[in-house]
Amino acid sequence: MVPLSFAGHDFLVLRSGALFWPDAGALLIADLHLEKASWFARFGQMLPPYDSHATLALVEEDIAASRASSVYCLGDSFHDRFGCDRLPDRPRATLTRLTGEVDWVWITGNHDAGMIDHCGGRVVEEALLVGIVLRHEAMPGEPRPEMSGHFHPKLRVKARGRRVSRRCFVATDTKLILPAYGALTGGLDANHPAILAAVGSEASALVAISDRLLRFPIAA
Amino acid sequence: MVDAARKGEDVLLVAATGAGKTLAGFLPSIIDLIDSPLEGLHTLYISPLKALAVDVQRNLLTPIEEMDLPIRVETRSGDTPSNRKQRQRSRPPQMLLTTPESLSLLLSYPEAQTMFAGLKTIIVDEIHAFAKEKRGDLLSLALSRLQRLAPEVRRIGLSATISDPDAYRGWLSTDGDIDSVALVRGEPGATPELSILTPQDRVPWAGHSGRYAARQVMDLIEAHDASIIFCNTRSLCELIFQDLWSVNDRQLPIGVHHGSLSIEARRKVEAAMAEGRLRALVATASLDMGLDWGNVDLVAQMGSPKGSSRFLQRVGRANHRLDEASKGMIVPGNRFEYLEARACLDAIADDELDPEIFRPGALDVLAQHVMGVACAGPFDEAELLAEIRTAAPYASLDKETWRKVLELNATGGYALKAYDKYRRLVETGPGKWRISTPKVAARHRLNAGVIVDNVMMDLRFRNGRHIGRVEESFGSTLSIGDAFFFSGMSLEVEGFKDSDILVRASRKEGRIVSYGGQRMSMSTHLARRVRQFLADPTQWRRFPDDVREWLDVQSRRSLLPEPHELLVETFPHEGHHYMCIYSFEGWNAHQSLGMLVTKRMDEAGLKPMSWVANDYALAISSIEPVADPRPLFSPDILEEEFREWVEESHLLRRAFREVAVIGGLVERQHPGQRKTGKQVSFSTDLIYDVLKKYEPSHLLLRAAWDDARARMTELGRLVRLVDRAAETMIHVAAERVTPMAVPLMVNIGREQAPGGSADEALLVAAEEDLVAQAMRLD
Repeated sequence: MVPLSFAGHDFLVLRSGALFWPDAGALLIADLHLEKASWFARFGQMLPPYDSHATLALVEEDIAASRASSVYCLGDSFHDRFGCDRLPDRPRATLTRLTGEVDWVWITGNHDAGMIDHCGGRVVEEALLVGIVLRHEAMPGEPRPEMSGHFHPKLRVKARGRRVSRRCFVATDTKLILPAYGALTGGLDANHPAILAAVGSEASALVAISDRLLRFPIAA
Repeated sequence: MVDAARKGEDVLLVAATGAGKTLAGFLPSIIDLIDSPLEGLHTLYISPLKALAVDVQRNLLTPIEEMDLPIRVETRSGDTPSNRKQRQRSRPPQMLLTTPESLSLLLSYPEAQTMFAGLKTIIVDEIHAFAKEKRGDLLSLALSRLQRLAPEVRRIGLSATISDPDAYRGWLSTDGDIDSVALVRGEPGATPELSILTPQDRVPWAGHSGRYAARQVMDLIEAHDASIIFCNTRSLCELIFQDLWSVNDRQLPIGVHHGSLSIEARRKVEAAMAEGRLRALVATASLDMGLDWGNVDLVAQMGSPKGSSRFLQRVGRANHRLDEASKGMIVPGNRFEYLEARACLDAIADDELDPEIFRPGALDVLAQHVMGVACAGPFDEAELLAEIRTAAPYASLDKETWRKVLELNATGGYALKAYDKYRRLVETGPGKWRISTPKVAARHRLNAGVIVDNVMMDLRFRNGRHIGRVEESFGSTLSIGDAFFFSGMSLEVEGFKDSDILVRASRKEGRIVSYGGQRMSMSTHLARRVRQFLADPTQWRRFPDDVREWLDVQSRRSLLPEPHELLVETFPHEGHHYMCIYSFEGWNAHQSLGMLVTKRMDEAGLKPMSWVANDYALAISSIEPVADPRPLFSPDILEEEFREWVEESHLLRRAFREVAVIGGLVERQHPGQRKTGKQVSFSTDLIYDVLKKYEPSHLLLRAAWDDARARMTELGRLVRLVDRAAETMIHVAAERVTPMAVPLMVNIGREQAPGGSADEALLVAAEEDLVAQAMRLD
């Protein structure tokens, strides 16, 4: 876990792309896209039916490592609003157990708007936590500090003739976009115009390595 | 040919380029159609190149029209308008010329049954160019299907000169019986005049492109009517073109040709070449096959030829006339490549051609074929298996794998039966299968095909004209104002639009476009000859002075290994320590070995820094000296460490991406449905990671490993290298750099040794570069 400060608070970044807020005891994760594989299977692309299991196993590890007492999912937790209906037995059991152990909050996004929750936790559209707004998609005019997901930012850099691609955070003074957490969620380049339109051009991409956070200014 | 036809035999015709074998292949069909005219499909011609089919059509139509024969000849490919395709299915021509992919698609329509029922002859052209690849697997399966629809059909294979015709006879046969396929050999052409170009008798120490010889190559172009200058990669092709252009004092018309140029651009230079308007074409393997250009009188190979058949076939592109000798020249890039070039010419003189390595048929291709068969109509599992086993690459397909292929198509083939309700194939009775809905067929036809491109970005001018494509991995590094060389021009980026890069012609000095792609290694028999050269000083008098001197000083300062020996040199140089391993097993094997050995050196506290590999050797630099190299090469390196490394490597991920698309697990990205800015399609890397963790025995992971092994015969070479290392290693601890090490040392630093996680090290480096740039005051 490496430190990250944002809006006057200290956070810890986990390897998985989760953000832990020690003062609030909260684990923040975005874009789980549970049951993405089965959504595609309906249309003939038979992706491995293990994505929800893989993603929730990781959440379980992160809760244990951070000893979080609450979990905030920043939207698109399910790939579609009926995703929770399709959740197979094993991940369903994991999820039901976890929502019983910690205070679990589902913030809805564009994919899972109107979701029906069968596994516990509270469903909300937005949340406010110690003065920070938590929502799915960054709102350009928002004056308060804000954390969101939605864009699945990833950083691609070239060094020493080779290319590396990693999920990353995108940060400005008042906005922080989390990387996608789900096992089968791809990424969008951190300098994509859609991301810059949401956060402004004074943004940086943040990548956690084993001992610290690397910061890359994003050029349009 | 005609004799074999009368007897109704299958035939393999092997003849040099330019012997007119394609028309010979059609002759029996034309005679038959004159004797007994008929409506409906008589002859199916399959070539790996669309352009070849068009050319053959033109050549056939002339005699047919002159003799006023009632024979319709049509082509069919992805470019054929859909109304004509439809008409071809309901009212086929007597002769249909097509590609393996188009044939496979044709077989996925219910009409295939009636369309092919009367088929008499199948002609497979340029069989040597693709039988061993996935397209060969696809065609072999299509042939097995055609044999069932038309049991009397005859097969004719046409091939350039090959080292093992029997292997191809087996491939072509209906049931694996080599003797059932008659072998007809064409007249041998005139012996080509082959030589090595060494300007002023000098061969450079390092490099691999022959760029230093641009002036001499330009002189040769001036002295000949028309030349083809072959390069080993697309990047080199652009570079060499620039080099030649800069010494093209007489402004001769020269062009460039490679697989990333737009089809229109390629057709344009091909036409210009055919009409004699170009004096030279700088090209890649994209020109290995193709139309006959009678006027080409010189073929030059820049850098290593890699194999004797390969070079010979390239030289065959000159003078498509049997009575005149073709002229071929190799321009070696460095001294090792000189030895390789010499080995190549010796091998040709000894009639030793590159070994033919046939491998078992790919399982992803099989899955695609089975889906296609299902789209044409219901099938019986046991009958279809029997039919598939008549295709040579699948002769030993076992029942268990066969069940897995069916399951892959039906539900994705997972142990967790999660997708039963979304089945693409359903069992209607024991062993009886059909597709679940018509939509399955529509999607299959949209996604079928066995060539999976990297994600590409299109290059366009503002007026919309398409120039070609670059890989997205290169395109994404471009910014507005950047310039790069492409298609022989300098192009400047004006903007981006969806997956297009908008460019304009520029005078700026451009970058060279980089391409991922496979790298070809020197063939094993050339490697063996190079080893023999080193050990046999009596051969050296055939070499230029500086090559001879290089070997002579090497033998005195260090040693030259016997052919079976593995020489390892260690020496200090400029404050660091170096280890050079001369194993001659090809770049890919050396690259893998570099990764594995530096990891071990790291664990042993030797502080490796970087390494560089070429086809001949591997050099590693480190802070601490290697006192004894033997433990670094112990065979146990191949167990855990090797497997782990391959699983994490791009090689396997790339292979997985391909099998996932071909095997129908994920659909192709179609232009227009790409990145909308919010929604991003999934990456096969993520699927690979999940599958590897939760279902490591999945059929497509097996297929990916098969691919990695088949395509990198070097994996096998690596195993042999490490296995023999203990007994055959000779370690020379030199006090300073040795002559043989120089070609490597010039490029050392290409690859950084992993310090902890290699990716993280690169990220840190990227940040450091950024800081250094930001803090520079100039």
